[in-house]
Amino acid sequence: MNAAIAIQLGQAVLVVLLAPLFAGWVNQCRAWLQNRRGPGMLQPYRVLRKLFHKDAVLAHRASFLFRATPYIRFGCMVLAAYIIPTLASGLPISPAADVIALVGIFALGRVFMALAAMDIGTAFGTMGARREMLVAFLAEPALLMVFFTPALISQSTSLSTIVHTLAYQPFVIHPGLAFAAIAFLMVLLAENARLPIDNPATHLELTMIHEALVLEYSARHLALMDWASNLKLLAYATMGLALFAPWGIARTIDGPSLWLALACLPVKLAVAGAALALLETLSAKLRIFRAPEFLAMAFLLAVLGLLTHVLLEGAA
Amino acid sequence: MSASLATQLVNLFASLLLLIAFAMLAQRRVLSLIHLFAWQGAVLALNTALVAFVTHQHHLYYSALLTLILKVILLPWILHRLIDKLNVRWDVETLVNIPTTMLIGVGLVIIGFNVAMPISHLSETVTRGTLGIALASVLLSFMMLITRRKAVPQVIGFLAMENGLFFAATSATYGMPLVVELGVALDVLVGTFIFGIFTFHLREAFDSLDIEHIEKLKER
Repeated sequence: MNAAIAIQLGQAVLVVLLAPLFAGWVNQCRAWLQNRRGPGMLQPYRVLRKLFHKDAVLAHRASFLFRATPYIRFGCMVLAAYIIPTLASGLPISPAADVIALVGIFALGRVFMALAAMDIGTAFGTMGARREMLVAFLAEPALLMVFFTPALISQSTSLSTIVHTLAYQPFVIHPGLAFAAIAFLMVLLAENARLPIDNPATHLELTMIHEALVLEYSARHLALMDWASNLKLLAYATMGLALFAPWGIARTIDGPSLWLALACLPVKLAVAGAALALLETLSAKLRIFRAPEFLAMAFLLAVLGLLTHVLLEGAA
Repeated sequence: MSASLATQLVNLFASLLLLIAFAMLAQRRVLSLIHLFAWQGAVLALNTALVAFVTHQHHLYYSALLTLILKVILLPWILHRLIDKLNVRWDVETLVNIPTTMLIGVGLVIIGFNVAMPISHLSETVTRGTLGIALASVLLSFMMLITRRKAVPQVIGFLAMENGLFFAATSATYGMPLVVELGVALDVLVGTFIFGIFTFHLREAFDSLDIEHIEKLKER
């Protein structure tokens, strides 16, 4: 039991520490693909260190909400890091929340971020909050539908059980999962402010969504917001890997399988990050009014995944 | 190859077909539509070859080969030439309200699945589960025919519908007799030629490829 708790803690700490590195790796890959040298993979850590050493500036009208939001959002993402099976399935905290609650945890962080952006009362903050919620309310049902296909396959909504079933059953091709994977990728891009929906590198006011929300933050608050965003990206990446490429996740808590999981994780993440960068380089930003269309596609793909699963495998 | 693995692979190809049918429904660019059509043909040919291999139906090898030549190489090539000559290679069609179209599409898929369910229960073939998908992709191509206003995408919609029918035949009864398939293939080829000529005349008469102009031809 103690070993399980230690692994649970170790997994969460690993994810929290690894998150800026993953974001840095994606940015570095993007830079290479654009024939730039790039700032190096460790750049997010440097930015975080710089921000933590600065004095925070707050707007005059900022309420308690504005100051509390970075901690709440960061806390949500750390909680997600505890729940998502990154290294091993069946860890002590994983029964605490199933996939539906996990979507709720992400929503909680987002709602507070939108509220804080509106709290200041600047035009950009309000605009960013509205856009964020527009994207979010379309992405959330799609994400839920994505989860239902693997949940039907494994007869459980607990992420740990789903991963366990998918990783250790005899090899079966699930066509429904392929649809769900594409839909999940689209949701990942939208939810993490990646390219077709939002440009993570932009500072052009009229096009930005995520940047507009954190415009008024500085120093440690901004650092926490950035770190939470990195964590969210990594959480989505590990979630996708756990659902659609679960090979190598440890089932039992013993030495060899854990080492295998530890060896598999960086490889899978490196490939996923490079693929994400490639995808972002190849696509152009959509107009904001096209975003509903993009997310409707994701939702429909997820529904289709569910339908094909019911037709092809449910009856049999 | 074990029967269950074969069934799974057939199911996978069927899902790919459905995915491509949806992608075609939402695709705005003419060029990408042709590429998608070629991909659909390729998946169809692979699927047919797989079914032939599993069930030892040798005539299906011929129809797979026929599909490969006709739908992956010849028809896309003709379509490429057509859009080059019509100078619509980079055309982007203004589709109204893709999300609504897609929602109706999902409705059609559910209808297709429901209609096919009792039929596939009666069937004993490895491919019985995929009949619903075949029906759904026929309906989706039909929908594409209805929603498109330009001539070339309509032609592609028609050809995609034929793909769906072919897939339905393969999944329900292991394909039609070879004579029938040859006849259909020839029909499709000739049909594409006629459509090509038709689009040229359409453009000459109205200086546009919009099908709506034909309604002006009514006698008053």
